[in-house]
Amino acid sequence: MLIRHKKPSDVASHEITPESVYLDRRRFIQASGLIAGSMILGAPAGQAAVMPAKGGQFADVTKGYRKLGENDTPTPFESVTTYNNYYEFGTGKEDPAENAGPFKPQPWTVTVDGLCAHPGTVGFDDLIKPHALEERIYRMRCVEAWSMVIPWVGIPLAEIVKRFEPLGAAKYIRFETIVRPAEMVGQRSAHILPWPYVEGLRLDEAMNPLALIAVGLYGQPLLNQNGAPLRLVTPWKYGFKGVKSIVRISFTEVEPKNTWREMNASEYGFYANVNPKVDHPRWTQATERRLGGGGLAGILEPRRRTLMFNGYEEEVAHLYDGMSLTKYY
Amino acid sequence: MSAEISPASAGAFTWDRAWRGALKPVVFVLCLMPLLWLIVRALTVGLGANPIEAGIRYLGDWALRFVLIALAVTPLRIATGWNIVARLRRMLGLFAYFHVVVHIFGYVGVDHFFDWAAIGNDIVKRTYITVGMMALVMLTPLAITSTDGMVRRLGGAAWRRLHQLVYPAAVAGVIHYFMMIKAGYQEPLLYAVILAALFGVRIYKKWA
Repeated sequence: MLIRHKKPSDVASHEITPESVYLDRRRFIQASGLIAGSMILGAPAGQAAVMPAKGGQFADVTKGYRKLGENDTPTPFESVTTYNNYYEFGTGKEDPAENAGPFKPQPWTVTVDGLCAHPGTVGFDDLIKPHALEERIYRMRCVEAWSMVIPWVGIPLAEIVKRFEPLGAAKYIRFETIVRPAEMVGQRSAHILPWPYVEGLRLDEAMNPLALIAVGLYGQPLLNQNGAPLRLVTPWKYGFKGVKSIVRISFTEVEPKNTWREMNASEYGFYANVNPKVDHPRWTQATERRLGGGGLAGILEPRRRTLMFNGYEEEVAHLYDGMSLTKYY
Repeated sequence: MSAEISPASAGAFTWDRAWRGALKPVVFVLCLMPLLWLIVRALTVGLGANPIEAGIRYLGDWALRFVLIALAVTPLRIATGWNIVARLRRMLGLFAYFHVVVHIFGYVGVDHFFDWAAIGNDIVKRTYITVGMMALVMLTPLAITSTDGMVRRLGGAAWRRLHQLVYPAAVAGVIHYFMMIKAGYQEPLLYAVILAALFGVRIYKKWA
């Protein structure tokens, strides 16, 4: 790519850390762990907000899970933030980056309800701050047969679940995206999807260490088009499970009715585990196109084989022992 | 007007003649613009994070648009009495076919890199691809028989009957578009409405 197409909502290029510099920086911080640690200790506890100033990086992120294959290199920031499925901001891939500007991710509260010991409404900082932020590099496989590799910043979903102490009867966790048609242009049309967007997990899936509540990527807070201020990331499932801009978390006894299954049950299931052997009616799931920085190199790169559970078989396969993955797709 | 007579043309220069002569070359150049624009963008600003998908969809959009433009020639002639536009019909039809072929090459040759097993699987299993390929199958004999020689060989009546395949092919194209979309059907709906209107003019003309 010789010249980059510029949109008004783009982050100015000087605000973006190039991937190479960024990764070096991580290595640097890792090497100087003592310095980084003392900086965290030096911050006045209970005062600093979770979010860095606009355009800034999270200060105290520890290096978490990053088991990647040989050919897994992080997808450039530009691609991760301009090629999105977020129908609340329009159905085109570039629509979210173009339309998400007016969305205000702060201040933010999340309502926790249903079968748990501590229901209530909690502010964004109160929800996130008790936990250490981790950076995890995950593959992301979309049901449309493209994939990316994304360095997320977040906290394990299990830690949040534990805080609210789900009751014995709770079998599922349900997530809801905010409804704000004034700021989310796609929500002004009821013909796109029924709002709010709903997703869910079985509680044991939610407790799996891979399940992440992400608040950032590439070291900085999530941009609106990526689901600011917080979203779900379940890397062994198709991307649509990753519900964005979460405003409500409920513990339920019955399986949540996730939006895409409600739209078209023959194409989208509740589990939506990445599975090259179970085809989607419209896309072969056997192969995928890994997205890089666009450009001619990307055009010449062949498709790659999709891995069972997106390559996270070891971590999650046991959750589905004895279950038919063809029936429960 | 000057009355120079060139050896090549028997008639004198008139503005009417000039624009009649220029119509086809001008439209020809205009019809090349969408593909040229795609190439220029691919080589300069790029086609976004997923350039293959972007290119295939862009070419698919234009294939469908050219089918509708070619189908608009006769209704336009009926509505306006501009008989000259009939001269553009074959060229526009061939441009439609050209864009269909490049669109499908994007899928077969670039996206799947001639992985015939995967492509065969797609055609059988994925209805929107089946329907799209049906449109290609229906349009191919029309492109082959588009020459004057073929019209003569087939005879006008048989040729016209064969070329009615463009109608089911156009419907298949619109259905193909509807089926590949997950949600938000405004755009394919627009194409469906235009196609219905073009059919409407013909039906009205036939029965009125």
